[in-house]
Amino acid sequence: MVFEYAFFQNSLMAGVLAAVACGIIGSYVVVKRLVFISGGISHAAFGGIGLGLFLGFNPLLMAVIFSVFSSSILGIISKKAYQREDTLIGAMWAIGMAFGIFMIYQTPGYVPDLSSYLFGNILTVSRSDILIMFSLNIIIGIIVFTRYNEFLAFSFDEEFSEVTNVPVMKTYIILLSLVALTVVVLVSVVGIILAMALLTLPAATASLFTNTLKKMIAISLIIGVIYMILGIGLSFLLDQPSGATIVLVSGVTYLSLLGIKSLITKS
Amino acid sequence: MKKEIIRLENVSFDYGDHRVLEDINLNVFDKDFLGIIGPNGGGKSTLLKLILGLLKPTEGNILLFDKPPNEGRKYVGYVPQYTLVDRNFPINVEEVILSGRISHTDFLRRYSKNDRIISDKVMDIMGISNLRKIQIGKLSGGQLQRVLIARALSTDPKLLLLDEPTSNIDVQAETDFYDFLQELSEKMAIILVTHDTGAISSQVKTIACINKTLHYHGEKNIPPKVFEKLYGCPIELIGHGIPHRVLKEHDD
Repeated sequence: MVFEYAFFQNSLMAGVLAAVACGIIGSYVVVKRLVFISGGISHAAFGGIGLGLFLGFNPLLMAVIFSVFSSSILGIISKKAYQREDTLIGAMWAIGMAFGIFMIYQTPGYVPDLSSYLFGNILTVSRSDILIMFSLNIIIGIIVFTRYNEFLAFSFDEEFSEVTNVPVMKTYIILLSLVALTVVVLVSVVGIILAMALLTLPAATASLFTNTLKKMIAISLIIGVIYMILGIGLSFLLDQPSGATIVLVSGVTYLSLLGIKSLITKS
Repeated sequence: MKKEIIRLENVSFDYGDHRVLEDINLNVFDKDFLGIIGPNGGGKSTLLKLILGLLKPTEGNILLFDKPPNEGRKYVGYVPQYTLVDRNFPINVEEVILSGRISHTDFLRRYSKNDRIISDKVMDIMGISNLRKIQIGKLSGGQLQRVLIARALSTDPKLLLLDEPTSNIDVQAETDFYDFLQELSEKMAIILVTHDTGAISSQVKTIACINKTLHYHGEKNIPPKVFEKLYGCPIELIGHGIPHRVLKEHDD
């Protein structure tokens, strides 16, 4: 049986770790409408991967540093720019991506397959990747647990939070940095390009069933695990690419549930 | 002599090259009930943001409770336009109101028993205790507005700042609402900002008109000419009728 193989166990573990990060941070991305800026962060993370490969440094760790840095810049830009915020985010998005590709082409010798970073390849997840993913989840969990009410107040009404002296810019940058960490957790599972899907789909599915943020986080965590297991299982059984299968399973399930719900509420 | 709580001195504000506010002078005192009226785009929101320290003036000086706005604003209960609230946000009434207490929480940002007592009290005052577990998307406009006022009151303010508070609330609710503000104004200063001249009821003690520049009318009647200048459309205003009737009540 496939379940006995170490690579399959690694894959499942990676999937579950990814689902935890997505469940927590994805909920904020959905309710605070950070989808576009998260796209910018995830694509800019590719710059870190390229830089890591070029310097011979662990690409995932380099992506952590690089994407936290670029998400802070994106945060500051999006708050300080009076206009054309989306243009600036788009520019960062493209520059990060281009920088990654550029660095990879400067890298001498063997370079791993680009598409495994872009679209994920869960078969190649190593023990050290899992360790990194696990540590990032711990960081995400601790920060959200200790800042929950602040994040809630900030996400719901930024202006009012600022009037009550919540450090709005700091909170925003922390939140975006957590998005960056989540993207790194997702890289080996679904890749940079598909990371957006897992940042939004489990949380969006959960939002169909609940009205409070706490429950939304809990439910999207569970839904994320289900999507992962279904997607990874199907990709093994049908011998299809894991990232794309996970995203298709998530997307089709979400859209179906959305359709069913709107039919029920109409009737 | 009443204590001065807001002082604006020669304040101007530019968005890029565009001058939104010019040479604004305004003094507000403890327990004042001030209505600021002006057309859309007249700089009302900008003025509020300047007072709250969300924007910095291009020129001039602002003092809020004798402090810079970003310090003095802890005494201000801010009620934003409820039409701008994200109704789909997964948050219930109690959580919204508790968020007014966020600056009083510990390092883990947890609400204390005292915070909960205060939030219960303001829900009681606003008559929304029965809604506490309801998600805000399921509230009517009037209910949501009461929730936002309760949140502002939970900060224990000395000044209540309301942005366009009565848009789309029915007449009876509006009358009750002004009676309520009237009661409240005995405990704290109130500033109410609106584009709707009909929304300035007889309870408002003083009026200022804003359209790039600010004219403070104190407790006097506002000559119709001012409205003409302000809105650039006298016909609509004569048709409105209400401002004249309301403002005349200040004569006695």
